[in-house]
Amino acid sequence: MQDVSTEKKEFTPNIVAFCCNWCSYAGADLAGSSRLTYPANVKIIRVPCSCRVNPMFVLKAFQRGADGVILCGCHPGDCHYVTGNYYTRRRMALLYSFLNYMGIEKERTRVEWVSAAEGARFASVMNDFVKQVTELGENKRLTDLRVKEGE
Amino acid sequence: MKEVEMKMLERAKALLESGEVARVVAWKKGDFCFDPSPAVFESVEELDTFVYDWFCGANLSKYLIQIAKKEGKTAVFLKPCDTYSFNQLVKEHRIDREKVYVIAVECLAKLDVEKMKAKGVSMIESVEVVDKDVHVKTAYGEETLYKPDVVLTKCETCNKTHQAKDEEIILHERPERDVNRFAEVEKLEAMTEDERFAFWRNQLSKCIRCNACRNVCPACSCVKCVFDNPASGISAKANDDQFEEQLFHIIRAFHVAGRCTDCGECSRVCPQNIPLHLLNRKFIKDIDGLYGEFQAGETTEGKTPLTSFTEGDVEPKDVFNGEAK
Repeated sequence: MQDVSTEKKEFTPNIVAFCCNWCSYAGADLAGSSRLTYPANVKIIRVPCSCRVNPMFVLKAFQRGADGVILCGCHPGDCHYVTGNYYTRRRMALLYSFLNYMGIEKERTRVEWVSAAEGARFASVMNDFVKQVTELGENKRLTDLRVKEGE
Repeated sequence: MKEVEMKMLERAKALLESGEVARVVAWKKGDFCFDPSPAVFESVEELDTFVYDWFCGANLSKYLIQIAKKEGKTAVFLKPCDTYSFNQLVKEHRIDREKVYVIAVECLAKLDVEKMKAKGVSMIESVEVVDKDVHVKTAYGEETLYKPDVVLTKCETCNKTHQAKDEEIILHERPERDVNRFAEVEKLEAMTEDERFAFWRNQLSKCIRCNACRNVCPACSCVKCVFDNPASGISAKANDDQFEEQLFHIIRAFHVAGRCTDCGECSRVCPQNIPLHLLNRKFIKDIDGLYGEFQAGETTEGKTPLTSFTEGDVEPKDVFNGEAK
């Protein structure tokens, strides 16, 4: 028989982080090899460039139960493909503003520029983002009830 | 409007007779006076059912994607707002400009039969518009309505002028008006997140996924559409979940961002009266505010805001509600 506990489980958010291969993913590596800690519930998805992230990816992440989505790329001007992150910047600015217009909390979405040398920054950005989403609580507004596990 | 219709008919006849064009895209009479529908006329005899009246709100530009591919030239009557969609489609290489003969026609705002019905006027037999009065003849007698109350939502804030024309049939100039098309968007922006969410959930839960907005939208003209792909996970006809409704409309609005000419067809055709134009207008407002004023469809060249950038663009975290903090 399943345990029925009245004790409230502590909420740990699911965070999806899209990291570009050239900067932020290497930044995450550096954070790891420098033994800096950041929460384990950040699920990193490596993409060739932040520009690879289609708005659908962000929405799909929310659909599949993410509580927050963060997109990390090279600093503007440093893109491996020269201009990719400039497009990302416009695209995500509009998407996030639009999601907020639809009533989705703006704290759930974020774009950060993290270079390969910024391991410490990567860890602090993730710590900060996870804290922010934890305070916000579960994503209820942009989720697909069908993919929720029975609770 | 009657004189304009006669002139249009005359031109359509002349063009078809002379063989200058192989077909004319216009409107034909429906079963009632208030339901004319878009139609293709290929001979002078077919022009018997030709009509142009106060209910011809449909945007004909999207039909040209298919029709203009046929042999010969196609003539089309375009209202001011339709010409923007037309230009946008030319820009995206969906229509060959050389194969289309554009006749710009005056509009003066079209009437919305649903709004008239909501005012208690039904069984409409004929309509006559004199200045701002709409004289309606119904089966029950005559009624007079105030025109600004019963025009299509897309016409309420329209200030558009013809952007493409080979010739024009304009007998009455429409005066320039002082209207703010973003007033409704601003009202929503001023609400709290919770209120906005409640508003949109309330509106979008009415969606029956009939796909009418997608089918009518001139910007939504992909040959293969994600919503037709069963593997996409968002192709359901009926909604299983509120997420689907949201996702459908978010994806659609984002897909046309920077290309939407604000022709307002989505809201016109929605059988559930969802104010879909407010989604698109939010993108237009954001783009205007962040990257400079941009009106899609003004030209047939140049880049759209989402396919260009400047080095000093605002950071996403500084953008909320369309204004950089």
